[in-house]
Amino acid sequence: MTHFSALSLLKNALTGNKNWTEQWPDAQPKKEYDVIIVGAGGHGLGAAYYLAKEHGITNVAVIEKGWLGGGNTGRNTTIIRSNYLYDESAKLYDHALDLWDNLSTELNYNIMYSKRGVMMLAHNVHDVQSFQRHIHSNRLNGVDNRWLSTAEAKAFCPPLNVSPDARYPVMGAALQMRAGTARHDAVAWGYARAAAKRGVDIIQNCPVISIRRAADGSVDGVETAKGFIRAKKVAVSAAGHTSVIMQSAGVKMPLESYPLQALVSEPIKPVFPCVVMSNTVHAYISQSDKGELVIGSGTDQYVSYSQRGGLPLIEHTVAAICEVFPIFNRMRMLRKWGGIVDVTPDRSAILGKTPVKGLYVNCGWGTGGFKATPGAAHLLAWTVAKDEPHKLNAPFTLERFTTGRLIDEAAAAAVAH
Amino acid sequence: MLLIHCPYCVDTLPELEFAYAGEAHIARPANPMSQSDEEWRDFLFIRSNPRGLHAERWRHIHGCGRFFNALRDTVSDKFSVTYKAGRPRPDLEKAVQVPK
Repeated sequence: MTHFSALSLLKNALTGNKNWTEQWPDAQPKKEYDVIIVGAGGHGLGAAYYLAKEHGITNVAVIEKGWLGGGNTGRNTTIIRSNYLYDESAKLYDHALDLWDNLSTELNYNIMYSKRGVMMLAHNVHDVQSFQRHIHSNRLNGVDNRWLSTAEAKAFCPPLNVSPDARYPVMGAALQMRAGTARHDAVAWGYARAAAKRGVDIIQNCPVISIRRAADGSVDGVETAKGFIRAKKVAVSAAGHTSVIMQSAGVKMPLESYPLQALVSEPIKPVFPCVVMSNTVHAYISQSDKGELVIGSGTDQYVSYSQRGGLPLIEHTVAAICEVFPIFNRMRMLRKWGGIVDVTPDRSAILGKTPVKGLYVNCGWGTGGFKATPGAAHLLAWTVAKDEPHKLNAPFTLERFTTGRLIDEAAAAAVAH
Repeated sequence: MLLIHCPYCVDTLPELEFAYAGEAHIARPANPMSQSDEEWRDFLFIRSNPRGLHAERWRHIHGCGRFFNALRDTVSDKFSVTYKAGRPRPDLEKAVQVPK
């Protein structure tokens, strides 16, 4: 596999770009692996990469039912931030943010991480109080986040409608400058390439049908469309389909799967300098490097696996965008799609061990899994390799729903969900 | 847009008139004091979340305002049947189909 550099670009340009090698081989499953990861999204591929790089475990397979990065990794609005209220969440997401910083260099793959700032709009007194509480909490945790007045918000994002008689008046905003966006596909491809280089098998178009347990109750392997594959350790990182797969191992999950929709406009010249989120009107927007406006909404109200979602929600989101940014009210939208997100009762992830020996789970990221990709991957690899959680993911257990030690970001409402 | 049949209004109406209200047939424990932590977890947090037929509650919030239950396929989003609250989950073989 070719190392990407200015020199390799030049060399291949001079030879007509005919000698590029494939970025990762399309592997066929072996009979047995040390670790199997179910789901080749950013989280799963990243976990395989960190298992190989940091823990020396290279006999690893990542098994994917569709194509690599074709689930929520390729369907999100690519927003990265870490301004969560509770200590546990702030540390977890800030760990991810630290890893995002050097990811392009580390993977030798341009993931286009752009720290353009994420601005969260306050439209009412409750928003103002809630965001200021977040800012103070973040400050105590060493997480970057600051308050902008209405005028400062307008200066930071000129298309914003700050008129006092607007449908959604802007009373200020919280700004995390370290936050931004990254190219979602490149994150999956970069991790896949770097993992494959270290000997990880990436097996696509191979649905996992069930998890098989041995007589003593521990994990024995997975049944797939390409037959049984043995492994003493299986990590499930399957987003919206996690509860279905876990059920086959006899583990009931506190998860519900909802469609989360997004859409993009026709490409236009650079007009939008940052990411803007509004929890109150449930809309977020940024502009991709291709020039499309990328718009996201809240989840649909009902449980579904349809990867589609309903039009009323899109209508609501776009109506809100047109109120907050009247400049966009004649834009034409090109595509819309849905991803299936797994939502926990407290809107915090579950990352750790399960009651089944050798079975690990990384799920429940709900509407905000992309931003956590490197952090979740790194901590999942740690948990699988050492058979115990890292101190950062230790609070994010499955047991918290029995003990009652929830990490209630749902009530904190730091996120649009 | 989902079209949902309200069994009280006996009419099939757009999704906008209704609010989803979670999985159906989850009964509050009769004797809360005797419940273990695991039983509370199952009641409060564990949901079946099936890929297929799902029994769920809906409320006709912009109509009669009443709760009813429905069986819907979570892959196709197609409703098989809706029925009044308090009735047991219908056996689909015998159930009356939603009128078109």
